[in-house]
Amino acid sequence: MSTFDNPFDPNKSLHRGCTCGKHASQADHNAAVAATPNPTDEEAALNRAVESSVMRSLFPEDRTRRNFLKAVGVSTAMAAVSTLFPMAAAKAVAADPVGPLEKKKLKVGFIPITCATPIIMAHPMGFYEREGLDVEVVKTAGWALIRDNVNNGQLDASHMLSPMPISASMGIGARQQDTYVATIQNINGQAITMHNKHKDNRDPSNWKGMTFGIPYDHSMHNLLLRYYLAEHGVDPDQDVKLKVIAPPEMVANLKAGNIDGFLGPEPFNQRAVYEGAGFIHVLSKDLWDGHPCCAFGATKTFVEENPNTFSALFRAIASATVYAHKKENRPEIIDAIAPANYLNQPKIVLDQVMTGRYADGLGNIITEPERADFDPFPWESMGVWILTQMKRWGYIENEIDYADIAEEIFRATDARQRLAEMGLPAPEINSKKHMIMGKEFDPARPQEYLESFEIGRA
Amino acid sequence: MSQSLSLRAGIVSILLLLAFIGAWWGATLPTQVDLGDMDPEYAAMMGLDSVQESDIPTPGDIGSAIWTHLSDPFYVKGSNDMGIGIQLAHSLWRVLAGFALAALVAVPLGFLIGMSPLMHKALDPYIQILKPISPLAWMPLALYIIQDASISSIFVIFICSIWPMMVNTAYGVASVRDDWLAVAKTLEVGPIKKAFKVILPAAAPTILTGMRISMGIAWLVIVAAEMLVGGTGIGYFIWNEWNNLDLANVIFAILLIGVVGMILDMIFGLLGKVVSYKEV
Repeated sequence: MSTFDNPFDPNKSLHRGCTCGKHASQADHNAAVAATPNPTDEEAALNRAVESSVMRSLFPEDRTRRNFLKAVGVSTAMAAVSTLFPMAAAKAVAADPVGPLEKKKLKVGFIPITCATPIIMAHPMGFYEREGLDVEVVKTAGWALIRDNVNNGQLDASHMLSPMPISASMGIGARQQDTYVATIQNINGQAITMHNKHKDNRDPSNWKGMTFGIPYDHSMHNLLLRYYLAEHGVDPDQDVKLKVIAPPEMVANLKAGNIDGFLGPEPFNQRAVYEGAGFIHVLSKDLWDGHPCCAFGATKTFVEENPNTFSALFRAIASATVYAHKKENRPEIIDAIAPANYLNQPKIVLDQVMTGRYADGLGNIITEPERADFDPFPWESMGVWILTQMKRWGYIENEIDYADIAEEIFRATDARQRLAEMGLPAPEINSKKHMIMGKEFDPARPQEYLESFEIGRA
Repeated sequence: MSQSLSLRAGIVSILLLLAFIGAWWGATLPTQVDLGDMDPEYAAMMGLDSVQESDIPTPGDIGSAIWTHLSDPFYVKGSNDMGIGIQLAHSLWRVLAGFALAALVAVPLGFLIGMSPLMHKALDPYIQILKPISPLAWMPLALYIIQDASISSIFVIFICSIWPMMVNTAYGVASVRDDWLAVAKTLEVGPIKKAFKVILPAAAPTILTGMRISMGIAWLVIVAAEMLVGGTGIGYFIWNEWNNLDLANVIFAILLIGVVGMILDMIFGLLGKVVSYKEV
């Protein structure tokens, strides 16, 4: 009997190897269910599934259930059980999709940087396949192209910079389209790398007149670099020049002396050190420990049109992210993502990024195991912080409701529910206070926070 | 005499190549580095060794890159890592598609402009404005409107190939000798027949020259376009190797682009010879 059959039928059994008893295990059953076409009436089927599980929990012994049904009759049983258990509410909860995948062949974009590790590794390490998805991970040449290809649907979902779904949803520097941060990919894992000629000029307040590379305007890199400079009394708009440079070009530009430094993603900081072009001035971890960097995002349209596929994609990426968080898995991951099909980087460089034992370019070996980390939970407070900074630097000009926008885009509640379904730990709250360069950020008071800065356009 | 000139020119070419490779080899010899008391672990992390290879690839590196790629040109190791033959095929396909579309538009339009002084005057300002625009400047607009990266690069090829073909066709058509047209008129040849039997053969060499120029430009542009949009093609290959700062592979790709460009040019040169004629 399938999950969708009538559990009030006294002649059916609910307990066997799987929920229907036709398959050896629950996994086999799920595969078979996924392979069968949509039940004609999906809602009714779902209701049946709820009724089944309620009856199973009320009558652990199938024989007792059958006897009970035979004794009192089906309609009386229904009524009796309903008084004991809010069946209607349970059915509504279960309306969350559990059905077959709407779309199996997907294209997911990425930029070849270690931030995208979970999205990338999920391909060679079979995380997508396990969810029944046939995903092509598309190496993309730049963030503007990611923005356009997500917007026009060429990519179903993509690696994005955490501020990008905000700018897409608000139509800032992008064609307006509601876009979600489904999960965060990585936390920490960026750095400010400076040209070797600045080895003896480590105080940022002396950096006026310099030129810095950032990967994209709507990036954590831009916002963090601006924050860092401003904290040292350097106005990022007036005292220095910030240039958008694709990460791979950063190393070549640093070497040529076209830029004095950059706040960029790994492995290009370590690559600059490896190429003898620069040194690591400070890790982004030391600006804001646990800051978000890149996200896994998709448009609202895609999520709503393909709920089951999106759930499967979420599961694949969230479990890859959690897997990447574990230090003992890192060597295996490095082997998986180093080849030309993915990052195309020397292993010795990736080792230093992912293990946190690295050469800083100044002659020291530094051990910082938290240098690069991975954590899927999309804190709404991260969204609020990004909004305060986008407003601070004039990317957002109008008055906004910080909490509303962050809640809509950073899908913390969804993520918690999905993570819980997967048996993965998730925080119980959506927002928390963050500590950025020794200053507390309270997501409940964004406007106050914004007004507390001396340098800014707001 | 001409044979011995070719022979001597060939010898000079080879000597120049040898001198170039020799100088290159000399400039990229490994150097001894004094690492002093550097921690060996730090040296390994920095990729340093007491015998330091040159940053610039040596002729040997290029040779081995050529061998690696040409010995297995059609491998597929995933959607982002395919053999050089496949990449080249993607680039050629885009160039040919864009070029063919451009020819379909440019040749008839060129005919019209060449045959009608009115249309020539009317369209001239637009052509003059559109012609000097760098084809890559169209890319953001194309991506935004067409919403497909591959078709956008074909569009960029189309827009860059169209002008030389159109201008040359118009010029060739306008310069058909008046007495030939007069003869056609005397013989009461219809306009369609006149276009195909008199004007087309007469203008063909000029049109072919336009096509040859267009193809040259298209081949220049495709590399840049593919570096912008990525995905597949020889331009993407260079971008991907640049990502890894693997200059040997980049140089290999540069050589390959040169060779393919030369072959394309030779093909149009031969076609030009086929349609050329001697005025008597």
